Amino acid sequence: MKSLADLQAIREKTINQVNLRKDQEGYRIVVGMATCGIAAGARPVMMALVEEVQKRNLKDVAITQTGCIGVCRLEPIVEIYEPGGNKVTYVKMTPEKAVKVVIDHVANGTVVVEYTIGYHEEHNK
Amino acid sequence: MEFYRSHVLVCGGTGCTSSGANKIVKVFEEELLKHGLNKEVQVVKTGCFGLCALGPIIIVYPEGSFYSLVQLEDVPEIVEEHLLKGRIVKRLLYAETIAEDNTIRSLNEVDFYKKQLRIVLRNCGVIDPENIDEYIALDGYKALGKVLTEMTREEVIDEIKRSGLRGRGGGGFPTGLKWQFTYNSQGDQKYVACNADEGDPGAFMDRSVLEGDPHALIEAMAIGGYAVGANKGFVYVRAEYPIAVKRLEIAIDQAREYGLLGENIFETGFDFDIEIRLGAGAFVCGEETALITSIEGNRGEPRPRPPFPAVKGLFGKPTVLNNVETYASIPQIILNGADWFASIGTEKSKGTKVFAVGGKINNTGLVEVPMGTTLREVIYEIGGGIPDGKKFKAAQTGGPSGGCIPNELIDTPIDFDSLTAIGSMMGSGGLIVMDEDNCMVDIAKFFLEFTVEESCGKCPPCRIGTKRMLEILDRITEGKGEAKDIQKLESLAETIKSAALCGLGQTAPNPVLSTLRYFRHEYEAHVNEKRCPAGTCKSLLQIVIDEVGCRGCTLCTKHCPVNAISGERKQMHIIDQEKCIKCGVCIDKCPFKAIVKR
Repeated sequence: MKSLADLQAIREKTINQVNLRKDQEGYRIVVGMATCGIAAGARPVMMALVEEVQKRNLKDVAITQTGCIGVCRLEPIVEIYEPGGNKVTYVKMTPEKAVKVVIDHVANGTVVVEYTIGYHEEHNK
Repeated sequence: MEFYRSHVLVCGGTGCTSSGANKIVKVFEEELLKHGLNKEVQVVKTGCFGLCALGPIIIVYPEGSFYSLVQLEDVPEIVEEHLLKGRIVKRLLYAETIAEDNTIRSLNEVDFYKKQLRIVLRNCGVIDPENIDEYIALDGYKALGKVLTEMTREEVIDEIKRSGLRGRGGGGFPTGLKWQFTYNSQGDQKYVACNADEGDPGAFMDRSVLEGDPHALIEAMAIGGYAVGANKGFVYVRAEYPIAVKRLEIAIDQAREYGLLGENIFETGFDFDIEIRLGAGAFVCGEETALITSIEGNRGEPRPRPPFPAVKGLFGKPTVLNNVETYASIPQIILNGADWFASIGTEKSKGTKVFAVGGKINNTGLVEVPMGTTLREVIYEIGGGIPDGKKFKAAQTGGPSGGCIPNELIDTPIDFDSLTAIGSMMGSGGLIVMDEDNCMVDIAKFFLEFTVEESCGKCPPCRIGTKRMLEILDRITEGKGEAKDIQKLESLAETIKSAALCGLGQTAPNPVLSTLRYFRHEYEAHVNEKRCPAGTCKSLLQIVIDEVGCRGCTLCTKHCPVNAISGERKQMHIIDQEKCIKCGVCIDKCPFKAIVKR
């Protein structure tokens, strides 16, 4: 290391990691990881989320799991808690869909309507 | 750096390490691999979380689940339930973190942490002390960068002076002034030294900083070096702290690798490097002149002051010598400003103080509170009170150099001047809590035994005087005290105080003087009535069976290790006082509570 800029570069690179260890203020991504979720393919979805968040270097984003949400037929389910407290529920997720949700919703704030539970239920009656 | 969705922080302080933290880390890694989670979940060994009574401690983020008293067998459950399936293992959570509505509370809302303000310990239990990147992420080495590129040496010293920081090793001397004196001294070579020879019984503040945040010390010493004009630093740390020494060594190597130690730091032309010197564990080497003598390679003995180290220190050169905790405050003062630091604490004692709380208290561990917090808050609100519903009797601060604070003074604010005014002292931060079962004469004897053992022997008042005092205390606790003994103790104490060469000797009589000041009646009971009011001194104690309570169940006879109890079934039993060793087993075993100390 030669300069203050080098120090700053290391800080930028590492801060996301260490920030996870305090109360989060940004987006919280929750994946349903009960038996039903895992059987439906929640693990690849979670891996895709983790990889995309890392790739885009998104700040203040937490990825956690939860147990059975109750609508096992719609698994894998991903819930996004927005910083304001709003919650959006995405259903029948795949790794590809997960990537799009991270890019559109978490990074750019636009809900991917066609993956949401409301849209799915409306169009699959 | 890889992104992990979850972090498992395992306390790697000495406390949790001795209760198996290293094995827990290993099993965690194995289990994660088994479930294919090793790319998503990171296991980090951190410094001390402070709540040592509940170790081994593990915190899982981002949920912030605080698992306490974790056993090896619990690890597979945490991995499978929490990390794989997202179900927090409630039975292992620290009870205080579960709110009344069964939701999980943030750690900051728990009584133990609520009143604390962690400045010195801010990174302990948060970062991996063996990874310099994590320290840098939380603004590490930013203060050094600021000092080297934006501030003059005079400005740095002025900032420390204005912050009101005083030495945390016990003396409480203003740190900025010390730096100023060293800066003013003329010399072709100057040194920065760190006193990490923490020796008070039961104290482990400095150890925890070294173990949990070693880079903070390195950064602060470099700042000090720049300010006073030194390019060489020494850390004097006791060899009995193997984990601390290892982490400090790793940290120094990493800092060198990054160019944060060495030549031309941040391309400013400033050179600085640090060496570690291991102490062999003599208490006197915590005294600054003895410490300097020991670093020089001589036998650790103090020498008279003046000249002070700021004028003539290490190898005869001007040296600034501060304690670990003092240094750990410095980067924060530089980053947040002197005014910020001065806004914390009381008028003459600024900032925070770390205490190692031990003895008869529920939450044994490490706490950091703003100066001016009362003893009551530390003991009852943070410390969780006295176990088994016993009554608080006194707290000992300042270790063998300090004194005790009785129950009447429990609302005294903890700062340098208030504690000195009531005959104790801040000391380095050991805080030992005593309850009604502790005999104050016995406590004074314990500390005096320690100083007699640790006296270096150079000056007669300390070498001979403390020994004579101990003999008198031995007599008193054995029931052979004479009427004039208390007076003799006082006159010896005053002589040693005024005539001993160094701080160790001058303060050695303090535990006796302060217990005499607040618990004179206990001394008098021992001498005049040959009685120990707390029931601790074995020679003055009789264990007897109460004839009304005893049903003759024979249980006590079965448990007595020396067969001192006799009596027929369903008849009253008797203890043979000649044979009795006063171990108290019979008291614990008697189902009718018919056996008592007298």
